[in-house]
Amino acid sequence: MLRILHDTKYDFIRHWKKAAILTIAWIVVGLGFLAIHKVNYSIEFTGGTLVQLQFKQPPHIDGIRAVVDQAGFPNSEITKFGSEKEYTVRAQPHSGVTRASGDTTAKIIESALHQRFGNDVVVVRSEFVGPRVGAELRYKAAIAVLISFLVTLIYLAIRFQWRFGLAAVIATAHDVLTTLAFMAMLRLEVSLTVVAAILTVIGYSLNDTIIIFDRVRENLKKQRRESLRDVLNRSINETLPRSVLTHATTLAATLALLFFAGEVIRPFAWIMAFGIFTGTFSSIYVAGALLLWIERKWPRATSVEGKGEARAMAEERRRSRAEGAVVSR
Amino acid sequence: MSNLKYRIGAIVALCILSVWALFPRNVTVRQPGAGGVMTDVVQRRVPLRRGLDLQGGTYLALEVDESKQAITPDKIPDAISRALKTVRNRIEGIGVSEAIVQSQGNDRIVVQIPGIQDPEHAKEIVKQQAFLEFRITDKTQALERVLPRLDQIIRDKGLATTKGTSTPSQPAASKGLQGLLTDTAKSAGAKNDSSKTDTTAATLPTGGGFSGMIQQSPSGMPGEYLVESSNAQKVEDFLALPEIKAAMPPGKEMLPSNDSTVLQNKTYKGFYVVDAKPIITGEYLTDARPNTSQFEGTVVQFTLDNVGGRRFKAETGRHVHDYMAIVLDGRVMGRPPIIQGAIGTNGQITMGGRDIQAAQDLALVLRAGALPVPLRVAEVRNIGPSMGQDSIKKGFRAGAIAIAVVVFIMLFYYRFSGALAVAGLALYVLYTLAILAGFDAVLTLPGLAGFVLSIGIAVDANVLIFERIREELDRGKTVRTAIDEGFRHAMPAIIDSNVSTVLTAAVLYQYGTGPVKGFAVTLIAGIAASLFTSIFVVRTFYMIWLNRSRGAQTLSI
Repeated sequence: MLRILHDTKYDFIRHWKKAAILTIAWIVVGLGFLAIHKVNYSIEFTGGTLVQLQFKQPPHIDGIRAVVDQAGFPNSEITKFGSEKEYTVRAQPHSGVTRASGDTTAKIIESALHQRFGNDVVVVRSEFVGPRVGAELRYKAAIAVLISFLVTLIYLAIRFQWRFGLAAVIATAHDVLTTLAFMAMLRLEVSLTVVAAILTVIGYSLNDTIIIFDRVRENLKKQRRESLRDVLNRSINETLPRSVLTHATTLAATLALLFFAGEVIRPFAWIMAFGIFTGTFSSIYVAGALLLWIERKWPRATSVEGKGEARAMAEERRRSRAEGAVVSR
Repeated sequence: MSNLKYRIGAIVALCILSVWALFPRNVTVRQPGAGGVMTDVVQRRVPLRRGLDLQGGTYLALEVDESKQAITPDKIPDAISRALKTVRNRIEGIGVSEAIVQSQGNDRIVVQIPGIQDPEHAKEIVKQQAFLEFRITDKTQALERVLPRLDQIIRDKGLATTKGTSTPSQPAASKGLQGLLTDTAKSAGAKNDSSKTDTTAATLPTGGGFSGMIQQSPSGMPGEYLVESSNAQKVEDFLALPEIKAAMPPGKEMLPSNDSTVLQNKTYKGFYVVDAKPIITGEYLTDARPNTSQFEGTVVQFTLDNVGGRRFKAETGRHVHDYMAIVLDGRVMGRPPIIQGAIGTNGQITMGGRDIQAAQDLALVLRAGALPVPLRVAEVRNIGPSMGQDSIKKGFRAGAIAIAVVVFIMLFYYRFSGALAVAGLALYVLYTLAILAGFDAVLTLPGLAGFVLSIGIAVDANVLIFERIREELDRGKTVRTAIDEGFRHAMPAIIDSNVSTVLTAAVLYQYGTGPVKGFAVTLIAGIAASLFTSIFVVRTFYMIWLNRSRGAQTLSI
């Protein structure tokens, strides 16, 4: 039987401070990037027109820019998309054109490019999003994230206890923040697909946290004379082989997407790849410490809970008083 | 033993069902053939619906254009639901199979057309309101009487009137030629106007009066006025001003036409003063066909139903020797013909020198009926077919690599049990695709990515169970008990973690659009299949193994 990390006894909770510093530093750096560069929204959110071009020969970017400028869309963003031969043009609705709708922008740019490049250029994709749709989508995306939090909180409160639910949701919120920081650092474009990726990270991270919490719930029932802190550590250690293995297979799928699935899906793959790391990190270092902190803050009533859990809790409280609060301060 | 038989039976039955659901069948696909003509091609392929991002096509979202017609917000849902039918008729009229027309929320219509050759064409057809009216031109020279008043308004508004053609908010430097060029290019597209002569409208008289730009037509037709085509847009803008509208003679309106005439080497556009009240509208129209006439060029011939025909006959009988303007969406089509005598159920619309395609389109929209409200395009996505092909190819390549790596990890780490998990994984792929085909779900590019991702996540339940079995074996339990206990103990964690993921996916489905919805669907289908294979199928595999090797002392895990 091949075994990795079998029967380990690491004290994960002890490192909560280092973990907190690391993660807060990461988020702060990410916010710094955001302050400098602003959020890079896709046209789905800002409204405007996107045209993806495929050239037969690698063109000069200034050549494209000149054509687009002349077509009446200065300040358009022109970027390379994957290979040397593919470019995207992002044009905002022309400020002079208020009367006509902006949905003809792609057509105008396309015909201008055809005049200059002839058949060397093909428009493989074009998108137009009206300004109202963009604003609506931004709102909807935010609502989607919030509702998914709320729904999980309720589910966990029913299945476990509100303390577990709160710890899991805060740990997951942490993942959203670190992922956003990561996106800011890579300057990834915020598109609908990226929002889907973030929600998947939420699901994945919750999944991971729940696996550990499930073990905590089970170990609490076993009526051992253990503090909650030890129970947490034991549970994390016991689920460690599973964590490593599942992350390996998920990461394999994600890396396959990142390297082989093409340019359109790449931002999604980047976020998933990072999300797997942050999800694992948070369920091991953040969720447990949070649960411990919540238990200290709002200790549960002894009579309501199961015997073993209650005893563990009481034990925990006594010890923490004796030691002089290791975690909360 | 009989329990085991049922289990095997269930798995095999599901396999057969899945293979049947995925079995390649004949599908009629409309493809652009030689010369850009759409032809139906029968293809034999796996019945998985591909989203527009994978097969190429056009996605259109339409919303009510409040700028053209005032509508209160509470009326929008009703207008949209009535417009939906019209849009559907029109899309069917273009002849696109597999097109989807549905409402989204209650203020938007979404049109999805796979593999269309000319998305601009489709866009113009669904956008057009196609509100047809017949109005009598004004015989009373009413406009002459109000002209001083109109000039006065233009003078009073002074600067404000230049607003219509260029924006004052823009810095002066960028205003010049460029702004005008795009402006005219746009209006040419939006107006559906074939006479391209007005692209020279670079020099606009500033703040000039109204009467200076219009002149009575030498033809002598009552109510017909000519405007030099360079001024036509400006006059149209003036006419759109609420003050000007209010100052028009009571019961009269001045409308632009789609027709232009050349007099002494100058191109003029026609403008007509007509009765505000139509004698009849297009609601009685039963049929419309494009045609070419020797004298009038392309025309659209229409037929009215009996009720409409009777009314039309009565009205035209009352207006013999008057001129009747045929007004489509506020624009006079062709020169108003003189009414020779009472007209029955048939009539025709002159296209003003436009090609047969335009006549075909008009006939189509007239047949499909008018939109209750004007619509504007809120969102367009065009994906070329080559791009979709490329995405599918890359997506499947990534999927194959992901499967290979996951299979390797499982076999390497769990050996025999890993092999059972891999067999489960194969069924997982089969079942998931079958669920997608069975529910007629749309496979999008993010959906494909989600599927690849789910391959990695799908083995999680197996991993949880195997680790539990190992723990039980460590405690010295027999193989049979360890397997039983392992499955039993791993269950709560598997259920809780998967339910929370399904909840997240459900939220995505509820609030996502298009491709993202597809992603949520594949995620949910994947979880369902993964739970079934890891809990039920792999368990059954273990049972078979235990039966075969009675009293096995060791388990390769």
